[in-house]
Amino acid sequence: MRRAAAMLALSLCAAWGGMAAALAQEPAPENIQIGLSTDRVAITTDFSGADLTIFGAIENADPLINRQGRYDVIVVLEGPARPVVVRRKDRVLGMWINTQSETFENVPVSYSVATTRAMRDITQPASYRQLSLGADNLHIRVSDDTESSPATIEEFTAALRDRKKAVGLYSERIGGVQFLSANLFRATVSLAPNVPVGTHRARAFLFRSGVFVKETSAQLAIYKSGFEQTIYRFANNHAFWFGIFAVLLAMLTGWIGRLVFRKD
Amino acid sequence: MGIYLPIAELSANVIVLLAMGAAVGFLSGMFGVGGGFLITPLLIFYNIPPAIAVATGANQVIASSFSGALAHLKRGTLDFKLGTMLLIGGIVGSTAGIYVFALLRSIGQLDLFISLLYVALLGTVGSLMMIESLNAIRRSKSGVAPALKKPGQHNWIHRLPLKMRFRASKLFVSVIPVLVLGAGIGFLSSIMGVGGGFIMVPALIYLLKVPTNVVVGTSLFQIIFVAAYTTIVHSTTNQTVDIVLAFVLMIGGVAGAQYGAKAGQKLRGEQLRALLALLVLAVALRLAFDLFVRPQDIYSLSGIGGGHI
Repeated sequence: MRRAAAMLALSLCAAWGGMAAALAQEPAPENIQIGLSTDRVAITTDFSGADLTIFGAIENADPLINRQGRYDVIVVLEGPARPVVVRRKDRVLGMWINTQSETFENVPVSYSVATTRAMRDITQPASYRQLSLGADNLHIRVSDDTESSPATIEEFTAALRDRKKAVGLYSERIGGVQFLSANLFRATVSLAPNVPVGTHRARAFLFRSGVFVKETSAQLAIYKSGFEQTIYRFANNHAFWFGIFAVLLAMLTGWIGRLVFRKD
Repeated sequence: MGIYLPIAELSANVIVLLAMGAAVGFLSGMFGVGGGFLITPLLIFYNIPPAIAVATGANQVIASSFSGALAHLKRGTLDFKLGTMLLIGGIVGSTAGIYVFALLRSIGQLDLFISLLYVALLGTVGSLMMIESLNAIRRSKSGVAPALKKPGQHNWIHRLPLKMRFRASKLFVSVIPVLVLGAGIGFLSSIMGVGGGFIMVPALIYLLKVPTNVVVGTSLFQIIFVAAYTTIVHSTTNQTVDIVLAFVLMIGGVAGAQYGAKAGQKLRGEQLRALLALLVLAVALRLAFDLFVRPQDIYSLSGIGGGHI
């Protein structure tokens, strides 16, 4: 009797599995879309870091999987890539000085991640590596003319990530992606106070039950606002006159300061 | 309250910067030095990239020195001729310093070189001033009049050729040590972002035996020009002068300087020198600590060619 019940349960399970497979084949595959409320972010004088909100939707979501909460979304805001030199200090004659260095070619200046849950719970490390997703899995290319061993390169790559995290340029926000309804989600990524200007790329990755499904991306320009940009451009294009101006400003400030605050 | 620094490309707290400028300005007004040797390390502690801290420090030094020099001009304690000779040496030294600065920056040893220079110079100058001022305080307590300038006494400096007369300083001395001193200070100024007042003041007092009341004004006069030259050259070759950062520091600095000058008048010369020595030694110790104790993070990042990232 007990055995018969077990048999029945087993066949029921098999039937359910078959049905689910049949259902999944029929509808169009899931898709993910994101939209930025703005495609330009201006850095103004009072900028001290900010949160950027990105809205998105999953199209053709399977209601069953959705109910079980097995859709996961990872949103990344990736800054422009620039070459970076990582230097290591060693003890020489009792002093800590820079000795060895390693040059990396394509390091995103900033890398801000928001996820529905902890990254290790979403999918396997191998799959992150394949997607080059997450600060720890980014493919960072070392300069071609290096003569270091793979272990040394690994050490410097790890140090690069650690330093970037320490200054807040690489960040991760678990729970930064929230579902507002069955299909609609909102991602909040951080812009650090030292966020680089330039073209950033927002990318969203959709996972179903731990399997990568689809990726989408959008561009975002972060730029200095009028005043900051004018100063920066002046400093770079008219460097000499900028220096003269800085000197005159200092003298004027010194003179006015004496008039205002004089104590003798 | 954050303020975005367009050249450093980061956001900093404006209250912290104003307080920093005011504190340094107060000390600089009190001791008659530009204050660059304090503001540059403070900015580096505050995570401003060193290259920007150095160039911006030079810019803010102009404001406090100009403000101070105006006060001395009014009192007539400014030796234009001596200042100009120091200046000629200073321009030569600055030019050399800026090339060394760019070279060190590209090979990644700029921080080390700046730290070593600071520790060695601040340590030496601080110790010497401390010993001298403590002796002076002891002498004044025991009732013997302090005599920095003994008329009959001449050291090797006074035997050099090419003598020149400096009226305001009541001095007849070879132009060579004056030019060399100016060049040395100009070199340091461009590498360390300092006007060099903390070296200039003791050097003029102890080496050239310039009367103390003329020293501060003359030193400030020449610092204005060396710091201005340094600012322009850094701006032209490295584009590292952050004018917003400099301006906020200046506002705090010029206000602090006038209050500091008032406070300084209440202290006696040797007490003032002892306090300055203490301050200089404290900065040297802090930097030596960084150099000799294992840093929290032994890795650092920079862009290609040493630019900040």
